[in-house]
Amino acid sequence: MTKPSFSQEVDNLLYAAHGNPLRTCIQCGTCSGTCPVVDYMDHTPRRIIGMIQADMKDEVLASNTFWFCASCYHCTVRCPTNIDIAGTMYALKRYSIWKHIELEGILGPTFSKTFVKTILRSGRSFEPLLATSYLFSAGVKEWIQEAYMATGLMLKGRLPVLPPRIKRLDNFKRMIGKIIPLERLS
Amino acid sequence: MKDYAYFPGCSLEKTALSYHQSSLETARKLGIELKELEDWNCCGATTYFHVDELLAYTLSARNIAMAEKENLDLVAPCSACYKNSYFTNKHLKEDPDLADHINVALKEDNLHFSGNIEVQHMIEVFVKDVGPEEIKNNVTQPLEGLQVAPYYGCQILRPKKDNEDVEQPEFFEELLSAIGAVPVPYPLKLHCCGGSLIISSRLASLSMVRNLLQNAEDSGAEIIATACPLCQINLECYQQQVNQEFGTKFSTPVVYFTQLLGLALGIPAKRIGIGTEIVAATPLAPFAK
Repeated sequence: MTKPSFSQEVDNLLYAAHGNPLRTCIQCGTCSGTCPVVDYMDHTPRRIIGMIQADMKDEVLASNTFWFCASCYHCTVRCPTNIDIAGTMYALKRYSIWKHIELEGILGPTFSKTFVKTILRSGRSFEPLLATSYLFSAGVKEWIQEAYMATGLMLKGRLPVLPPRIKRLDNFKRMIGKIIPLERLS
Repeated sequence: MKDYAYFPGCSLEKTALSYHQSSLETARKLGIELKELEDWNCCGATTYFHVDELLAYTLSARNIAMAEKENLDLVAPCSACYKNSYFTNKHLKEDPDLADHINVALKEDNLHFSGNIEVQHMIEVFVKDVGPEEIKNNVTQPLEGLQVAPYYGCQILRPKKDNEDVEQPEFFEELLSAIGAVPVPYPLKLHCCGGSLIISSRLASLSMVRNLLQNAEDSGAEIIATACPLCQINLECYQQQVNQEFGTKFSTPVVYFTQLLGLALGIPAKRIGIGTEIVAATPLAPFAK
């Protein structure tokens, strides 16, 4: 039996949607023309799909494209052949996290992992903790700006002080343990 | 009127407290009771899907299963909570194998997904269930002349669900007209604010926010109305950073649509969180009690 190609692997990374018809892409570029973040990507969404079809696995996984995707789904609703392009970007994010691929200057994987860990610990998100996942790599200017904003929010009573947590946390953790091994994220 | 199982989501606990207050107050004024889910968990925003798809569906399924227990449809004010809950509900209803798999996990919390409720966004409750006509009948303080940019953002409308208009929706405008305000033509109303890119790719997100603020200003809006806590935070709280980054001078208040509805229905400003803005909502002063 031959191994699935990279394009087949990516096609099948959307479990609940039962796959994604990447092979129907006609390279029209509507996705790239619609994307609000395209200027920041090293390859446009249209090009990434072409590269996936050409099985350029290493090049695709070395790209920053999917980490710039803001999940706005504008490309998805406009694709003339019904490819869930934003879904593909999610799939590539997952794939690169599984493979522990870290790209210079890309905070997405750290941010995502911090967010998920926070929730697995308490059941709810806590913004001040999330900010720290980004601030450790930020410059002095960003620190000052964030601190300034946080002060403003605090004065208006809009900054949480204590991390919230759900009541049935033990049940919640056992529930998660049925889906993924918690050790991998702790 | 109908009652709902209400899933406020993490932002509404603090940074978007005014959305929480104004949703509850405004709904109540129109005879709708929003019953908060007793032990809801975070929907994961976009990030669970970056890590594990099944995990993401399981976490949203827990909230849906709690609403099913109450026998009430689920309503979420945050667009990300809504999108995640909506599509979890849809996928699990359509795929019994997936539902079975997730039910094994839900059993640990004595819950079960059966697929017998619907998921709605807060704005749909006012647009579809109450309707602009009924809202208009209840207005005691019309927001006459107030020029409002209706900012839809992304995940209320996208991904597409059925045959709804995802390119030129008008329901937000109709809601604003019903309370006497003037919805300005806002060409970028469906464009993205960057969402969580504000943390992971700050500059990209700030430039998206700049475009949205510029477009609102060019459209003659005095104020922007949103229906999502992340949109609100990006547009309002990061406005100063946009000004510093791009040398602009924006000072446009950004409030929740429920706050505007609340004012028009005669609810005291304080009870719907008006006054907790970073960019003061001065255009609302003539209507505030």
